[in-house]
Amino acid sequence: MTQQTHPYSIELEGISKRFGTVQANKNIDLQVPAGTIHGIIGENGAGKSTLMSIIYGFYEADSGAISIDGQQVSIRSSEDAIHAGIGMVHQHFMLVENFSVLENVMLGAEGGALLKQGIAAARKELKRLEQEYSLDVDVEAIVEDLPVGLQQRVEILKALYRGAKILILDEPTGVLTPQEADHLFRILKSLKEQGVTVILITHKLREILASTDNVSVMRQGEMVAHRETAQTDKEELAELMVGKKVRLKVNKDEAQPQQTVLSAKDLSFFDGQGVERLKKVSLELKAGEILGIAGVSGNGQSELLNVLSGITPMSSGEIQFAGQIISASAPKNAAQMRDLKMAHVPEDRHKMGLVTGFEAYEAAVLGYHDSDAYNGKLLMDRKAMLDECNERMAAWDVRPPNPHLKTANFSGGNQQKIVIAREVEQNPDVLLIGQPTRGVDIGAIENIHEQIVKLRDAGKAILLVSVELDEIMALSDRIIVMFDGAVVGEVTASDANERTLGLMMANAWNEGQGAQA
Amino acid sequence: MSQAKVPVWVNVGLIPLLNILLAFLVSGLVFLAIGEDPIEAAGYLIYGAFGYDEGIGYTLYYATNLIFTGLAVSVAFKAGLFNIGGEGQAYIGGLGVGLVCLWFDSSLPLLVIAPLAIIGGALFGAAWAYIPAYLQARRGSHIVITTIMFNFIASSLMVYLMVNWLKAEGVMSPISRTFEESAWLPYLHDLFAPFGFEIGDSPLNLAFVLALLCCVFYWGLVWHTSWGYQLRTVGTNPTAAQYAGIDNAKVTIWVMLISGGLAGLVGVNEIMGVNHNLLLNFTAGYGFAGIAVALMGRNHPIGIVLAAMLFGALYQGGAELAFEIPTITPEIVVVIQGLVILFSGALENMFKGKIEGLFLRRAAA
Repeated sequence: MTQQTHPYSIELEGISKRFGTVQANKNIDLQVPAGTIHGIIGENGAGKSTLMSIIYGFYEADSGAISIDGQQVSIRSSEDAIHAGIGMVHQHFMLVENFSVLENVMLGAEGGALLKQGIAAARKELKRLEQEYSLDVDVEAIVEDLPVGLQQRVEILKALYRGAKILILDEPTGVLTPQEADHLFRILKSLKEQGVTVILITHKLREILASTDNVSVMRQGEMVAHRETAQTDKEELAELMVGKKVRLKVNKDEAQPQQTVLSAKDLSFFDGQGVERLKKVSLELKAGEILGIAGVSGNGQSELLNVLSGITPMSSGEIQFAGQIISASAPKNAAQMRDLKMAHVPEDRHKMGLVTGFEAYEAAVLGYHDSDAYNGKLLMDRKAMLDECNERMAAWDVRPPNPHLKTANFSGGNQQKIVIAREVEQNPDVLLIGQPTRGVDIGAIENIHEQIVKLRDAGKAILLVSVELDEIMALSDRIIVMFDGAVVGEVTASDANERTLGLMMANAWNEGQGAQA
Repeated sequence: MSQAKVPVWVNVGLIPLLNILLAFLVSGLVFLAIGEDPIEAAGYLIYGAFGYDEGIGYTLYYATNLIFTGLAVSVAFKAGLFNIGGEGQAYIGGLGVGLVCLWFDSSLPLLVIAPLAIIGGALFGAAWAYIPAYLQARRGSHIVITTIMFNFIASSLMVYLMVNWLKAEGVMSPISRTFEESAWLPYLHDLFAPFGFEIGDSPLNLAFVLALLCCVFYWGLVWHTSWGYQLRTVGTNPTAAQYAGIDNAKVTIWVMLISGGLAGLVGVNEIMGVNHNLLLNFTAGYGFAGIAVALMGRNHPIGIVLAAMLFGALYQGGAELAFEIPTITPEIVVVIQGLVILFSGALENMFKGKIEGLFLRRAAA
């Protein structure tokens, strides 16, 4: 690291945090010199957010120590963190939209029951802060009228107003236009000149290289490297971020792709806020192949799955599937897509794939609950459901094999088996499968991978979304990379390597570099 | 996960019982504060509710209404909807029952009128629930607000109809003419008399049997039909419902129709079973009490029957108590009911964590 003459602004020693069976942070050391911009990069699930939540007092670490300016501190709540001079700008802003900038800034620091004095003091202090850090915001403006870039500045002002000397920004550019992002980095530079320490969490390599002094790389809950930004380049960082992992071994033969069963053309999707989450995505899915969608999560993969499976209607574009043309004007819902023999293992089994309050045999028919197989004339055929559930539990080795156990009480891997078994056993033509092994133990991963390959060999078309790059590389026959809602690259599995995919995922790939290994 | 190790009887038996005991304990303090002996009062209350035939009959008669409204609140709650409009739906349901009786009482026998009146009550109640349901499903107006407002509308509408259209000729008060006896639902004491069972006179009538049938209907519908499956999915995980292709709006509307229909059956008990004419304010707060019954009964028909009987006993025993001890006014009885609702509904989870912890520690040891 840089000079050791003065204490670090913030220093972490051996921070560990475990959630159930998942080790989110493993023995993390980090030293951030005062008055620098420090970048932290890593894939999703690398543990960046957990680490920052620990620093900001949302979680308490299982072990380890935090020191601020050389003093060891105990941070048990965000109040402690603020007190210690830490400010945080969240990815999703924590602003009261119908309050003015001034009111938002003084929220929680009103200074007494009557507002008058507090407001006067806040106004004066804000003027000073704005001048000092050249943060131009109209303090009387109502927050919801401001563009996101300015809202973010309000968040920064809020932190500074509370005396933050260390400012943490979590994926700050995710919602910004390039111009707004440039402006943000100018602000961060001036903050740095005034002695504020900035910690920047991102997965965008360009930002790290353009704005930070030092960078730390996290991977799978561990801090794997610290670099001076000037001494590194994006290739090295991408490799560190993705890692040279031992390739997952999946026994599979060469794919035998056949006819196209599903083709999507120019699919776009705007969310409730009017943000374009899918940008003219086109893809073709052939029988007998596994098409992998790689990307850091939040880059449109979830929206793609939801649009393809009929859960959310597309905004424009069309899907050709099973002899039908599905478009914004002729939509099909999830039940209709299922009838066309499309199965879907959703990314989030708790939120979407299961009803955790249901018994296993009930959750095992979700989406197919109207099928004749489970219904008598009037009532549901409980015996048929139970019999089938017992059969599947045996075939898929679900433990414990108790169809009456609440779904919530199975382990992650077994829950996932229940979902995958449900979708696969319907013998679909197309299987959409998101994060098939998230939170699943090693033994079950192998089993699930085998089943996916078996399905491919049976001539099914499979679309695999995963943020685990080695899973994508091990299973896919063809790989598409998504960034910011758009497809940014496509490679065949044999041409794919971590470096290329990592650069594509960080949108730092230049066509000129070619696809060579 | 921790749920798994706590015995079921703790959650469905022990904790509710503790909550009720605590409510009675605090009620006892209230009695002490007004200078009455709580033990003596409790004696009157229990004797009044369960001590003799007529008392039991009254308790069950009150419980009948509460079962209907409790089921109504509960079925909507299963789909994640808070139907506060049971009162208005019961009121309008009663109108439906009354209209059927007024139209057909001199032309048709009871065996035909009874099913028609049941259908009429259910349909009118359902229709009253349909409007808030539609507004929620298609327009996003919050169902809590709209159902509350519809209680007031129902109340005004009934006054208008009674005064202007349905009032019997030559009467000074807003009541309809009394139905012919062919439109009277038989009392249970009359039904049992021919078999040699002598039970005391009370308003308990066949509607009680209908209420129990509704419990069976509820149980079958919610847990044994594909439709109930959708309903429960929407109620517990709307995202999963969307994933499964379940139409949330459609489920919302249907479940509110059923909820309103169940509430509307209060009219069968009150109008056809007891009053034998149409009148104002016969719902007397049963729609609101149904919320407490559903809460206490943990949205299960058996629980709802038990909770309805507890509340019925409080109504009946409380009336007896107020009669026996003049210093105890009916308002004090309302205080007891309020405390029961407070402790078993609002403060439901006060002991839960501690008691579960106790059992988990014991299991771990």
